[in-house]
Amino acid sequence: MALVQLTISALPAHVRTARLMATAVARRAGIAESALDEIRLAVGEACSRAVEAHRAHCPGRPIEIELIDGSEARPPGRGGPTIPAPANGRAAKRFEVVVSDRAPAKEPDAGRGAPAPLDGTANGVYPGEHTPPGGVSGLSPDVGLAVIIGLADEVSIEPAEDGTVVRMSWPLTSPDGQGPQLVG
Amino acid sequence: MDLKLDHYTKDDTEIVVVEGEIDVYTAPRLRELLIDLVNKGNFHLVVNMEKVEFLDSTGLGVLVGGLKRVRAHDGTLDLVCTQERILKIFRITGLTKVFGIHESVQEAIDKRAAK
Repeated sequence: MALVQLTISALPAHVRTARLMATAVARRAGIAESALDEIRLAVGEACSRAVEAHRAHCPGRPIEIELIDGSEARPPGRGGPTIPAPANGRAAKRFEVVVSDRAPAKEPDAGRGAPAPLDGTANGVYPGEHTPPGGVSGLSPDVGLAVIIGLADEVSIEPAEDGTVVRMSWPLTSPDGQGPQLVG
Repeated sequence: MDLKLDHYTKDDTEIVVVEGEIDVYTAPRLRELLIDLVNKGNFHLVVNMEKVEFLDSTGLGVLVGGLKRVRAHDGTLDLVCTQERILKIFRITGLTKVFGIHESVQEAIDKRAAK
């Protein structure tokens, strides 16, 4: 396992830095070119969500990002991020990104059940002038998580009082030798 | 690259040309431009995204916010985008059903005029 760690202040400008670094490490790990866009977007979403949460709750605390290249041998004796076993039991090598924030996870109330979607079509779109906490001009902050779930091959989101950990991973090679399948 | 914004009038439509990356850092500038255009009485907008290299949900939020504002004046906000990497995020979020997405500025103008 090769590891790259990045710690950023909760500033929007640094989200781009995290995106670029994640893409570079993913490319080096051997992720298919077609999946690099997905990683770039998913990491950006996770970091944007973390930055917004920190700005609301703890702007002085940093956000941690770990980029884990599972193609190389995992060093013994060190804890750290764990990659869940694939559902089909295949011991796949994966590229994993872990974004950890320190903001208390909000109660699952805002953005659920209240406003009706614009045109009744898209979930999480707010038709009124109201912008939910952490949201920007009409979209629920949950949309960012929905995008992550849509893009990453495997995702786990662990909200807690002392912060949320978003883990995303993608296979480095698929069994047929092709790159990961594009979503959408 | 950073975000570059321009706009011009074509027929009775204000065309907003966006180039670069729309994310949590740059999206506020696009939001301010859209708000400014609407406040100046431009209620039919076309956002040309052909030169957008990156768009995240923050950018989508700004576009949805712009749509809300023009609709409050019975206006329209259409998009020009043919890039698969950008269209993908509209599909994932279901926003292809909310925005009119066209292949060219002229097509966006013509389709609105035909309504």
